[in-house]
Amino acid sequence: MRHIISVLLENESGALSRVAGLFSARGYNIESLTVAPTADRSLSRMTIVTTGTEEVIEQIKKQLNKLVDVVRLSDLTESPHVEREMLLIKVRAEGAQREEVRSLVDIFRGRIVDVTDKSYIVEMTGDGAKIDAFMGALGEHAVLEVVRSGTTGIARGEKILRY
Amino acid sequence: MELSGGEIVMEALRREGVEHIFGYPGGAALHIYDALYQQDAVEHILVRHEQGAVHAADGYARSTGKPGVVLVTSGPGITNCVTGIATAHMDSIPMVVLSGQVPTRAIGSDAFQECDATGITRPCVKHNFMVTRLEDLAETMRKAFYVATSGRPGPVVVDIPKDVTAPNVKIPFEYPEDLRMRSYNPTIKGHPGQIRKAVDLLISAQRPMIYTGGGVVLSNASAELTELTRELGYPITNTLMGLGAYPATDPQFLGMLGMHGTYEANMAMHECDVLLAIGARFDDRVTGEIEHFCPHARIIHVDVDPSSISKTVNVDVPIVGDVKHVLRDMLGVLRASERRADAQAIATWWEQIGRWAATDCLAYDRDSELIKPQYVLERLNELTRETGRDTFVTSDVGQHQMWAAQFYQFDKPRRWINSGGLGTMGFGLPAAMGVKLAHRDADVVCVTGEASIQMCIQELSTMKQYDLPCIVVNLNNRYMGMVRQWQEFFYSKRYSHSYVDALPDFKALAESYGHIGVRIEHKGEVDGAIREALANRDRLTFLDFITDQSENVYPMIAQGKGHHEMHLASERELA
Ligand SMILES: Cc1cc2nc3c(=O)[nH]c(=O)nc-3n(C[C@H](O)[C@H](O)[C@H](O)COP(=O)(O)OP(=O)(O)OC[C@H]3O[C@@H](n4cnc5c(N)ncnc54)[C@H](O)[C@@H]3O)c2cc1C
Ligand SMILES: Cc1ncc(C[n+]2csc(CCOP(=O)(O)OP(=O)(O)O)c2C)c(N)n1
Ligand SMILES: [Mg+2]
Repeated sequence: MRHIISVLLENESGALSRVAGLFSARGYNIESLTVAPTADRSLSRMTIVTTGTEEVIEQIKKQLNKLVDVVRLSDLTESPHVEREMLLIKVRAEGAQREEVRSLVDIFRGRIVDVTDKSYIVEMTGDGAKIDAFMGALGEHAVLEVVRSGTTGIARGEKILRY
Repeated sequence: MELSGGEIVMEALRREGVEHIFGYPGGAALHIYDALYQQDAVEHILVRHEQGAVHAADGYARSTGKPGVVLVTSGPGITNCVTGIATAHMDSIPMVVLSGQVPTRAIGSDAFQECDATGITRPCVKHNFMVTRLEDLAETMRKAFYVATSGRPGPVVVDIPKDVTAPNVKIPFEYPEDLRMRSYNPTIKGHPGQIRKAVDLLISAQRPMIYTGGGVVLSNASAELTELTRELGYPITNTLMGLGAYPATDPQFLGMLGMHGTYEANMAMHECDVLLAIGARFDDRVTGEIEHFCPHARIIHVDVDPSSISKTVNVDVPIVGDVKHVLRDMLGVLRASERRADAQAIATWWEQIGRWAATDCLAYDRDSELIKPQYVLERLNELTRETGRDTFVTSDVGQHQMWAAQFYQFDKPRRWINSGGLGTMGFGLPAAMGVKLAHRDADVVCVTGEASIQMCIQELSTMKQYDLPCIVVNLNNRYMGMVRQWQEFFYSKRYSHSYVDALPDFKALAESYGHIGVRIEHKGEVDGAIREALANRDRLTFLDFITDQSENVYPMIAQGKGHHEMHLASERELA
């Protein structure tokens, strides 16, 4: 099963490598990892997307909690949540393609953020499935370069992860 | 009080109650060594190899319960420590390793003797720090000791760039006595509801078993364990790391369990219906094939580290907390309870255990002309008991380690000092040195093999310099016996590189270091040699026993087998 784990950790050099090292040393899957400082600059918030059996996910959470730099964590997938990923994609846009890409971007509610006579850069946020669908619709031949941010997320409603 | 970084390090050590540190100097650590020179609260033991320093600090820690402390330089100084740090990490030993680092402005430039100390040690420490600002040094020292010694203990590395310890830069010194870390807060008290559930389950057991490990020793909870076990009247086994936590000579003790554990301990594990696991981590050497592990048991597990619980074996009643606290609470609940265990069922269970014990699984050929390694350990056990003095036994890794665990009876905790998790050859001698430093009045015996001893033998020189007269019992079988045994069983006797040619003359070697060396070739000389070594209390005696080359460690559970599939000596060949 796929899980999204949000981690609050000390914003210290080395903290990121402890988390990354834990996953490689113990052979856990890591689909994506994003990290940035929080409003409280002494803390970072990390979002890890991982897959594994329930036992493995349980161990991952325990092992993360055991890291001395980790302050708190929460498994977003245990309750309703919002997840988003950002896509920046450079696509071929010449002749008739220009109109076609523009309408696809509208349908998927993205934005064109850079234009040349041969290409667009499109920005889009959404969950992974939406982004995959958009890229599928564009077709492989149109894509020049892709960058995805990896997933971040937050729990819906009252549930709050902060220190 | 204004102090330089070097002085802050020394003052912090003093405040932490550190009396001895083990180390080796070098460029990046010289400011600290200069501060060390100018104080006298902390005594420094100059080893011959940094690995020896770490093992010595480790032995010191295991035998006292206090954190071991190491001081080394950057680059090769800290890389030489890695094996020792990993050894301490695997066995959860409290330790603080201070390493010099190149100056902050040189970091990342491939400077002379630069290495990424925190990067290299990260996977084998509980935590590590690099101190880049003098203002952070005192607090980081406090944090290092706190993290190393609390919760599940472990080694902590503090890497200190040279400019941070410069003698000419001084700042006001303040040591944070009361430290709180928002990101680190181990659970000590067990959950009362879980404890009640556990006691209920224990009382309802028909075939109970208690399995305890290093956590009981680390928690100083032998008294509580002994009390609870006697109150219940249930059988108990210890892991290799847990030996001594429950008195080995007590009739409720079934011996060690696991790969080379006793038949009765392993069979009782296999047949029990309730298992109480305390401060033990279900290591694969203990469980054998997980699929066959305790197939009939409901399992209670007490451990301070939540990640130890249900890691390899799913348990029914997890209790996160410190062993000592949890056992006290369990005793309270047990004594207050009106229910009693089914005495008839427990008596029947003990009868069954008696039948298993009657196999006499540790039997060996006592009539052999050759010196059997088991015989040496039996005699050592007997003769050290006769002295009435406190005795510590350290060991290296291999067959000799298993025989020491099987044949030496540890009645007290912290008397058996060995590398279980990492299985580090070379551990025994420096560890003995650390133990002796902490317990000058006790006898300290290092049980080793001719291969292991050569991995850190240089410390014989340190032991001479600081007058640390231990007894080395070298069970010299002219083989890496443990490797040879596996090759005999599983590789059709193809003894690939398990024979070491050109062994040194250990007697002469010991003498050249200024110690007493004795070579023992005949069974009849064993007692006399041990007695003499025990009598020579002010000299280190190196006893080189020429033992039977072909002896194997039994019983044995082969890899992939369960507790009920043990092989006994009488069967010789493994299926
Ligand atoms: C050649 C060789 C052969 C071996 N054969 C065997 C064998 O036959 N049998 C055997 O038993 N071992 C054997 N071992 C050792 C084995 O590899 C493991 O090291 C050992 O079994 C682990 O012991 P343990 O479960 O007690 O755990 P330890 O490593 O001692 O871990 C302690 C546990 O207690 C917990 N803990 C620590 N402090 C506390 C506290 N204050 N409160 C609560 N919990 C705490 C920790 O979180 C951890 O889970 C062998 C090793 C070698 C090198
Ligand atoms: C540093 C290290 N290298 C290799 C091993 C693998 N190993 C385990 S036991 C052993 C042989 C030990 O031989 P010896 O010290 O003579 O002890 P014996 O088994 O003969 O009693 C070896 C090589 C190890 N445990 N540690
Ligand atoms: Mg040998």
